[in-house]
Amino acid sequence: MIEIKNISKKFGKLEVLNDVNLTFNSGECIALIGPNGCGKTTLIKSVLGMVIPTKGDVLFDQKSVLGKYRYRENIGYMPQMGRYPDYMTIGQIIEMMKKIRNSNQELDEDLIKSFELEKIFDKPMRTLSGGTTQKVSATLAFLFNPDVLILDEPTAGLDPLASEILKEKIIKEREKGKLILITSHLLSELDDMITQIIFMQEGKVHFHKTIDDLLLSTNEQKISKAIAKILKEKKNE
Amino acid sequence: MNRIIKIILLDILKNKIIIGYTLILGLLSWSSFGLEDNSAKGLLTILNVILFTVPLVSILFATIYLYNSSEFIELLLSQPIKRKKIWLSLFFGLSLSMVLAFIIGAGIPLLIYAADSIGIMMLIVGCLISVVFVALAFLCSILTRDKAKGIGIVIMTWLYFALLFDGIVLFLLFQLSDYPIEKAMVLITAFSPIDLARIQILLHLDQSAMMGYTGAIFKDFFGTTLGLILSFSLLCLWVVIPFFISLRKFKYKDL
Amino acid sequence: MKNLFYLILLFSSFLQANVIEVGVNKPIKSIKKAIALAKVGDTVLVHKGLYKEGNIVINKKIVFLGKDFPVLDGQKKYEVLSVKSDGVIVDGFKIINSGYGTLEDPCGIKVYNKSHVTIQNNILNDNFFGIYIQNGTNCIVKNNKIKAYGKEEQRIGNGIHCWKSDSLQVIANTVSGHRDGIYFEFVTNSIIWRNFSSKNIRYGLHFMFSNDDAYISNVFKNNGAGVAVMFTRRVKMFNNYFEENWGDAAYGLLLKEISDSYIIGNKFKKNTSGIHMEGTSRILIEKNIFEANGWGMKIQASCMDNEIKNNNFVGNTFDISTNGSLVLNTFNSNYWDKYEGYDLDKNGVGDVHYHPLSLFAVLTENNPSAMLLFRSFMITLLDKSEKILPSITPDNFVDKTPLMHSLSL
Repeated sequence: MIEIKNISKKFGKLEVLNDVNLTFNSGECIALIGPNGCGKTTLIKSVLGMVIPTKGDVLFDQKSVLGKYRYRENIGYMPQMGRYPDYMTIGQIIEMMKKIRNSNQELDEDLIKSFELEKIFDKPMRTLSGGTTQKVSATLAFLFNPDVLILDEPTAGLDPLASEILKEKIIKEREKGKLILITSHLLSELDDMITQIIFMQEGKVHFHKTIDDLLLSTNEQKISKAIAKILKEKKNE
Repeated sequence: MNRIIKIILLDILKNKIIIGYTLILGLLSWSSFGLEDNSAKGLLTILNVILFTVPLVSILFATIYLYNSSEFIELLLSQPIKRKKIWLSLFFGLSLSMVLAFIIGAGIPLLIYAADSIGIMMLIVGCLISVVFVALAFLCSILTRDKAKGIGIVIMTWLYFALLFDGIVLFLLFQLSDYPIEKAMVLITAFSPIDLARIQILLHLDQSAMMGYTGAIFKDFFGTTLGLILSFSLLCLWVVIPFFISLRKFKYKDL
Repeated sequence: MKNLFYLILLFSSFLQANVIEVGVNKPIKSIKKAIALAKVGDTVLVHKGLYKEGNIVINKKIVFLGKDFPVLDGQKKYEVLSVKSDGVIVDGFKIINSGYGTLEDPCGIKVYNKSHVTIQNNILNDNFFGIYIQNGTNCIVKNNKIKAYGKEEQRIGNGIHCWKSDSLQVIANTVSGHRDGIYFEFVTNSIIWRNFSSKNIRYGLHFMFSNDDAYISNVFKNNGAGVAVMFTRRVKMFNNYFEENWGDAAYGLLLKEISDSYIIGNKFKKNTSGIHMEGTSRILIEKNIFEANGWGMKIQASCMDNEIKNNNFVGNTFDISTNGSLVLNTFNSNYWDKYEGYDLDKNGVGDVHYHPLSLFAVLTENNPSAMLLFRSFMITLLDKSEKILPSITPDNFVDKTPLMHSLSL
């Protein structure tokens, strides 16, 4: 569904992505992990067209996304730090997004209900806590029933309850056959959700494996342990 | 596009600064027209507003608004909307609201007290100057991500056009006074939108003086239909070129 | 009793005078023939029609009367009417197409060295010179409508041209399209009253070496260079209207080498310069209105002992300008709409002196191109600081008793 071909990105002299090649297909739930500043967010933003790669191309359904925008109709994006116009209320933001999308598609308002956002619809965004803002971001990402969900650190800042709700939602969507791309630091949280894992380091893809492969090759039960093992091995080399 | 313009426009029109700006413009215009029995003083006040306040408020407000809506721009970018469309919508939203503020604040008293060629000229020129400085704000704010730096650039830009440019021209005039520089001076005004606007108004406001020797040169150039079209086209170029450059930069900007 | 005597005398003179009628349906068809037949005191009455008789000379004292404006056509070759006798009256003609010449100045009507000639109620159209009084005395030019279509200064003469004359009365004429509307050279003790002179190529009124004259209640509008009064003493200029005289060398009123004169109650409106003064001395400028001019008054440094008082200066781009720093003229009790002082004792006179000369007026005088920067924020700042602390403008250029309210003039 999404093909990333030889992408490189430089911010000035700093090389953030270096010749990255990846393929994502529908029905997969892929975790994108790696240390801070390894280029995860830049990669995601390249897919979204918010960052324009210095070299390479991104294909969405076999079509290049460079300079295009319509493909984003099929993507729901939840940013790492959702920043919204201060003066608008939750209700207004949701209304506005509906207007902007202007789609006749059926809306997925599950998260509005489960996060109980309706109660605080008239709260301005600037008064919200980080967690609540994340809830809004998540809601917006799922709202238009997109085929692809790109979630940047989705559970960071959420309380355990909300985190659980979101996880369930992610699993539910995965089962519908959607492509889900998650970046995260918290490896322990990923266990039940993901089918594949991509480890990035210094702008390069370190490995791209299915979870089964990963666990098998490392003889571990938990993803976090498996990763740790791989990293250790690498250090010893 | 209309949906986004509408959202932006409604948002700006609710903004306290814009409401305050409109009120201050109105207060200035109404009081200066009301105090004197001839409209000359009111016209002068509005002229100074056009040459001084309108550029400052337009460029500063637009810049701050752009920086403050970086989140909003980011949000829009993740949606299926063309980049060009986002930037154009912001531009139209800001331009429209500045023009609207000017028309309500200064335009209405102008039309009531001085509905002749001067008044209408001032109204048009005031609107154009608002848009020119909104366009310049777009250019300035795309140059740097840093808000403080951006505002600094914007204030320098304003200072340059409102004050320094004329200072340089005055200096040149006296340094080169032995040469026939009148025609060259006409050309130089094209490099400042404020000067273009000022001279168009001057030709109407100080008609008698502009008929004098050097005035006649300006009048021959700017006062003809061709000159009028030319100087308005130049003003429009002052809108199009900065905005176009900023649009190109925005298309390839990483957010 | 005495009156009756005069009446009878008058009546008897009428009885003696014959009326000779000229017209298509009359026995006499030629004007020249009629004049030849006429005796002193007769009336030649010309009926409606077109008369192409070349140069018509009136060489005896007659009344030359047109009925329903008979047309005398000079066919662009001749001087149409030459008056060469005292006491002639020319009334009611339409005189067109005089010849064109540079040496002998052919005219619509020309008076040669005579006195007591009256030229009235005529229409002059497209003549080289309109009415020319050469060395006349006690002549009257009244109610004529004079029009020409000159394009260049060199190819057209003046509307009413008076040279080396005395005691003339030029009254209620309308002149347009000539080189100078009314031209006075070496004319003394004369009056120009209620004329309307507009759209002439050079001056509405051109006035030289003509002492002891007065011009009153005239309108000079939209002439190429306004009105020039030069090399003259003791002129009275009252209640005239100078309007829309626009151009690089156009003045509402140009004064050059004038002395001992009065300029009172005039209105200068929308001129490039209201009054331009050079070498002018001992003039009183009082109760005039200067409105919406580029420069209200330009007073060159060669002027002295002029008094400028009780005038209104309203809506001028510059009220006053000068080319020097020497101030030998006085300003008293004028109203300046740019005055920003206050009047604490409420006596109608501002408590702060007013300096009518702005810095920018001085700058443009030295460097006219600086006009380009007028009303820019920079210039406004400079001007304001100069008003507070005069450094470049002469500080004795001052009205010590500026009025708070405009005079009703």
